[in-house]
Amino acid sequence: MIRILTMALALLCLPLTVQAQELQSLLQSHQKTIAKPSRKSVGPVLEALVTSGLPTVPVFLEYWQNKDVYSREDDGLFFYGKAAGDTLELIDVDTGETVATVDKKAAKQIKPNGGVRKEIGSALVQFQLSDPDIARRTDAVNAIARDMSGQMLTPLLGSIDNENDPTLLARKKQLANYLSAKFSDDPAHRVAAIQDIAGDLSVEGRAILSQILETELVVTKGASDRNLLETLEIGEDISAPEAYALIVEQHKLSPMVSENEIRLALEANVEGGKVGGIPVQQLNDLSKRENAYDVLASAGAVAPRVTEAMLTDALETYQIHRAFVEDDPVVTLAALEAQASVQTRVGVNQFFDLSLDAISLASIYFLAAVGLAITFGVMGVINMAHGEFIMMGAYTGYVVQQFVPNYTASLIVALPLAFIVTFAAGVAMERLVIRWLYNRPLETLLATFGISIALQQLAKNIFGTQARPLTSPGWLDGAWIINDVVQISYIRIAIFVLALMFLGLLLFILKRTRLGLEVRAVTQNPRMAASMGINPDKIKMMTFGLGSGIAGIAGVAIGLFAKVTSEMGSDYIVQSFMTVVVGGVGNVWGTLAGAAMIGTFQKGVEWLNPSNTLAAQTYMILFIILFIQFRPKGIIALKGRAAGD
Amino acid sequence: MRKSFFADNPSVLWFLACLGLFTLGVTVLAEATGAGLISTSFVKTLGKVLCLCLVAVAMDVVWGYCGILSLGHFAFFGIGGYAVGMWLMYARTEAIVIQSLAERTIPPTATELNDAIATQIFGVVGASEFPLIWAFSHSLILQLMMVVLVPGLLALIFGWLAFRSRVTGVYLSILTQAMTLALALYLFQNDSGLRGNNGLSGLQNIPGFEAVPQSVISMGFFWASALALGLGYVLFARVLTGKMGSVIRAIRDDEARVRFLGYHVESYKLFVFTLTAIVAGIAGALYYPQAGIINPAEIAPIASIYLAVWVAIGGRGRLYGAVIGTAFVSLLSSWFTGGGAPNINLGFYTIQWTEWWLVLLGTSFVAVTLFFPGGIGMIFDKLKKGTS
Repeated sequence: MIRILTMALALLCLPLTVQAQELQSLLQSHQKTIAKPSRKSVGPVLEALVTSGLPTVPVFLEYWQNKDVYSREDDGLFFYGKAAGDTLELIDVDTGETVATVDKKAAKQIKPNGGVRKEIGSALVQFQLSDPDIARRTDAVNAIARDMSGQMLTPLLGSIDNENDPTLLARKKQLANYLSAKFSDDPAHRVAAIQDIAGDLSVEGRAILSQILETELVVTKGASDRNLLETLEIGEDISAPEAYALIVEQHKLSPMVSENEIRLALEANVEGGKVGGIPVQQLNDLSKRENAYDVLASAGAVAPRVTEAMLTDALETYQIHRAFVEDDPVVTLAALEAQASVQTRVGVNQFFDLSLDAISLASIYFLAAVGLAITFGVMGVINMAHGEFIMMGAYTGYVVQQFVPNYTASLIVALPLAFIVTFAAGVAMERLVIRWLYNRPLETLLATFGISIALQQLAKNIFGTQARPLTSPGWLDGAWIINDVVQISYIRIAIFVLALMFLGLLLFILKRTRLGLEVRAVTQNPRMAASMGINPDKIKMMTFGLGSGIAGIAGVAIGLFAKVTSEMGSDYIVQSFMTVVVGGVGNVWGTLAGAAMIGTFQKGVEWLNPSNTLAAQTYMILFIILFIQFRPKGIIALKGRAAGD
Repeated sequence: MRKSFFADNPSVLWFLACLGLFTLGVTVLAEATGAGLISTSFVKTLGKVLCLCLVAVAMDVVWGYCGILSLGHFAFFGIGGYAVGMWLMYARTEAIVIQSLAERTIPPTATELNDAIATQIFGVVGASEFPLIWAFSHSLILQLMMVVLVPGLLALIFGWLAFRSRVTGVYLSILTQAMTLALALYLFQNDSGLRGNNGLSGLQNIPGFEAVPQSVISMGFFWASALALGLGYVLFARVLTGKMGSVIRAIRDDEARVRFLGYHVESYKLFVFTLTAIVAGIAGALYYPQAGIINPAEIAPIASIYLAVWVAIGGRGRLYGAVIGTAFVSLLSSWFTGGGAPNINLGFYTIQWTEWWLVLLGTSFVAVTLFFPGGIGMIFDKLKKGTS
């Protein structure tokens, strides 16, 4: 048994020993090209190396690419070199053993240029694709994804069978699919691959499809033998001057003379204050300029103008087609179908993505406005400093992070602390200012505005004008990627959850607790509530503190994804009031409805006109102004006695 | 009739006399026309303050007398500025372009001229064609009509919508603020046709008066602003006397009761709202050539709130109160923010007024609302009581 094994081992080793000098001899047969490679000559050599199937080839290619191959001056043999000072260690290409240490001048370093190194690199990829090291395989696959070149198709397909990592296998199959859709020789293969891409939403797949469907404009006299997408209608698909310019470009007609060229030609031909017999002063009129130009043209000084008749004639003689660069109609047809189906599904997914965006925007608005829903909605106090409470919350978060370096821990500390800080600020404001103004709502608005500008400037004085970071903990980084179209960042999910929690908490406080009962009693009828033993002053104070405290927590949440500046509050204040007014005053559900409506509407407008968020906001506000016309009391209006007035 | 109006309202005469004296004093002391004790830039500041006083008087009428806290009157002010700014910018660019094209051997065609002007004006926002709203910019008369028509129409439509659906009180304030924000956001866009964020600039150069030095031009605008303030003051005082004035004040005090008495409250409110918007537009048209530049940030809702602050500090419900409040706060503000006020060294901290002025303004504003709801104007009331 042992003997058999030894024999088998010996047999296995045999080819190695036999091949010991094989690479060197193979290299020697291409001595000149390897020593002085050029981009053109290197191809056959690489092919010879790759087809030889020698296990030492990839190593050699790597050394070659890294400029570590040396050629000995005496006999021209190739070695790997390791330079140390003035000496050079020569390593055998077949055995990997150090052969000799020589003077640097005894061997010449081979320096392939960038183009050659790239060729070597792509030859290397096929070895790396089956490399035992998964990191190198991944690198190779990524390199293919970057280049998407047709020569990689065969090595890629070859490496799929032996791939054992499931994710990499899937990726390889996907890439092979893309490459065969674009480069395969067999149309049936291509069509199959294209149909496969149709079930794919990735950006790469869509790019491949649009590359296959690349078109160009061709001008023909009569029918075209190209693979055509459509024939352009002049005046509808393409304007007459553009069409003519295209004809000129492809069929060498005389080009149109532009107004500017006329002017330049006239300027060059002024003689004694006249051009073509027309005084220069009169040439401020286009038709006169044309006349003058025609005179010059008939004298042969300039090229004649293209007349209207020539233009019509040319447009009638020639047809303009949009033709596929790809010649096979079967392939383009399949690609067109695939593209249509992909686009439909991309559209559906984009709608889904947009809905997620809308929900997330709505939860931000809700968070910013929910505190206001209490102070303004329930108590009827216009608090223009509400935005500054949001800002205070965000700055509290920032300050906590200066003391607590762990982001998760600092967030846990910051949320309640922000509530306490803004709760205290709210209570102080209510005691000092607002309670004197309960019967004068307009003046509350102005007084709180005064507080707002003072707080804003105070924050500017303390924290400076530049934006301060409020860094979110690592587990909130990144996004939940559902597919290439639909994704949502974790922070937005967190804000959504926070908004839901607030909604629940607030409803619970207002509907299920003693405090909520007293709040509702005081807002409906303070005197009656007072005679039932409730202290209205205390309740108003608590309610205002609660609303302000929630604004503080919202500030921490908003600060996590927006910049913390002294002006961040004023960005939200008008929208917050809008949210409360649209939703219906005095009702937390109303605020939710308002936030949902405003968020959806704004995202909807952005979808129609994606480049312009300013326009979206403008239209949203106009929409709200009109909406108030039809439902002055908001979406969810209070009825009966609670509506007050 | 006219005689009796002034006899009934001695305060109007007093005001006109003060304004006249002030104008005369500045004229005598100014660089261009007198002793040269007042620099051109300060004449401009004073002229601008007079325009702000005019819009504040309008604000006082709509808020202090009619009870509508509009947070949109500075938007009308800005629209007036934009309307006149379009002509200033067009005419001046036209002059520059004509001059530069005159060097060409062949005179330019009308289209070439137009394209060159458009590129010059809109190159900064990447456009080279005149938007539709610039259709009248070549004509001063038409643009001056726009100063009156655009704010008037906007106020009419907005007011009609808002008053018709009985939006009142703080809701109306929020709604007007939203309108202002929408307008500012719209103007911030580069494709709004009004140069987006860049706004209109170079407005201090009046086309046709290139040879006249700025010191003289600023005096001209100062007189014009003083005249406009005087006329506006008389106009509003006239509107607010007699039966109509009583109805307007009654709407402020109890809107429902006025309605039950058979008055068409909405029409009165709409009239006041629109008239004050027009006056605000005129004030803006006088203000921005003195300021030299207008951009959307000027229209932002906060400017309108400041307007309310000035009126409140001066004492609302008194026309002269608006003037006093505006002049007082805006001059004080430029003194503090311009570094005129001495810094206070507390030993451990130095209070720099450029940084702390807004804090002071904010808190003193709260104090005025809480303790002196009549503002500065209350002092005059007390004096009046003392004499009678």
